[in-house]
Amino acid sequence: MSRERESAEVLVGQSAPDGDPTKAPGAPTTPVGTRSPSITSARGPTGSSSGSSFTPLQDFSGTITPSDLHFEVHHAGVPAIDPAKHTLLIHGLVDKPLLFSLADLKRFPQVTRVYFIECAGNGVLGWGDGLFGKPNPGLTPQQLAGLTSNSEWTGVPLKIVLDEAGVSRRAKWFLAEGGDACLMARSIPLEKAYDDALIVWAQNGEALRPAQGFPMRLLLPGWEGSANVKWLRRLELGTRPWMTRWETATYTDPLANGTARQFSFEMDARSVITTPAHPETITRGWRQISGLAWSGRGKIARVEISTDSGQTWSRARLEEPVRSKAHTRFTHMWDWKGEETIIYSRATDETGYVQPTRAQLIRVRGAGTQYHFNPIYGWRVLPNGRVFFFGAT
Amino acid sequence: MSRRLLRVMSICILASCRNRGGDTDAREPQRTYGLGATATAAQIAAVDVDVGPDGAGLPPGHGTPNEGQVIYARQCASCHGDRGEGKAPLYPRLVGRDPIAEGFRFGQDERLPKTIGNYWPYATTVFDYVRRAMPLNAPGSLTNDEVYAVTAFLLSANQIVPGETILDSAKLAAVRMPYANRFVKDDRKGGREVR
Repeated sequence: MSRERESAEVLVGQSAPDGDPTKAPGAPTTPVGTRSPSITSARGPTGSSSGSSFTPLQDFSGTITPSDLHFEVHHAGVPAIDPAKHTLLIHGLVDKPLLFSLADLKRFPQVTRVYFIECAGNGVLGWGDGLFGKPNPGLTPQQLAGLTSNSEWTGVPLKIVLDEAGVSRRAKWFLAEGGDACLMARSIPLEKAYDDALIVWAQNGEALRPAQGFPMRLLLPGWEGSANVKWLRRLELGTRPWMTRWETATYTDPLANGTARQFSFEMDARSVITTPAHPETITRGWRQISGLAWSGRGKIARVEISTDSGQTWSRARLEEPVRSKAHTRFTHMWDWKGEETIIYSRATDETGYVQPTRAQLIRVRGAGTQYHFNPIYGWRVLPNGRVFFFGAT
Repeated sequence: MSRRLLRVMSICILASCRNRGGDTDAREPQRTYGLGATATAAQIAAVDVDVGPDGAGLPPGHGTPNEGQVIYARQCASCHGDRGEGKAPLYPRLVGRDPIAEGFRFGQDERLPKTIGNYWPYATTVFDYVRRAMPLNAPGSLTNDEVYAVTAFLLSANQIVPGETILDSAKLAAVRMPYANRFVKDDRKGGREVR
């Protein structure tokens, strides 16, 4: 019997007469909690060391992603790192090259902030027609948008650590390199370090999970996930980008005009309805439409909902506090009377950017573009209450 | 005017000159805490593996496409195919200058296969990536000469360098990729315009 099964059975406690839990003593305390055996939330697909595993957005309330369900994208698997041996090297165009242990970093002034991390490829399964075929009406919120997660991160502002090494005035970029089996590395404009970049070691109150970069990762608020280098082992200061594979061959965005956009770090504003959504079947009457909205450029200013296939829109309620570069929960009460319809959400961020339709994005980027898919997507509700993905916006 | 006031004034003037150097105040160091250990040259050299698009960081060594073909067959072909055709979805295609995918029309059709020859903007990236990450089951196991040879083979198979090239740091840094000028800086800025 697996350990998980054991603890699940302990949690259920002694079997009670007639299944009435008030008629028998409950389970004792345990060293580490587990979910109720009736909750089956899981990432997927799993089992590949270079691939994407999506978080089950439809299972969540509020805004924080449970750490053990944070989406995963790895380029050479999750390394097994001994935190006592792990160091961070800062070198290149600095006065004094320095090596930091995790304990050294924890002696700096710390901050704790809530930010989302979103993979640049999030949304590709809803985009359609290309490598992945036509969008499947059976897409769930998890498959459609589950490469974003939102956490409370604790760490040290990168600028504080850079000041310790003394950055040369000639430096304009830095290379961030991870300690995984591909030494994943991205070139980052130095301005981000002096804006809001962090080196973090904690996620939702505990040490980072190995899949999120234990023992330390770079956190670049609002920027595409791959630039938030996990298992951070080295920062080199230089005058120009290094043009690693992950900023040339991949994570570049081909455009309709025969060019490819490079260093497209910022994540455009986006929203997704997480309920009702496929594979739910809904019944007539009042219900809450609920979902998440976020922008890599700041706060969500408003989310609008349409329940009549886009003819009219009304403002959703935003759950406070609305944080910059973090998931914002929106809700809207809806009285479904049994008509066939498509429900949509549309986010606007504090810069005035309005989440576009798929057709708008194709006009400016081309149908074959890759990464940064943030169009308005809908859920089609049939008279029998079944709900299906609708992507042709 | 007192000597002390003069000194304070000259420090202020020096500081303002420094700020006019073009950098913002955000880059003025706030303070230091004396944390971290000085890194030695040997500690840096042990992990400083990156190569720049100008060839900076390329190690001594050399290799030819013929030598690279032998290493490729042994170390790379099981995933990327005998002729670099790749195996979808995990192992990308590496080689190909099919006319159908020439002209950088990837934004119009996602199915057009991207290869080193028809997409990658810098040849140095091939060396940097192979040395970092390949082969998948034993990354970092190739010698610098072997990485030069595999790089030479891949560039030659993509019709970027002649088959008789002896690739070394100077030759690799001088390679110009056919579509390098198609890569543009991100021009999205937020606001109402969708880009």
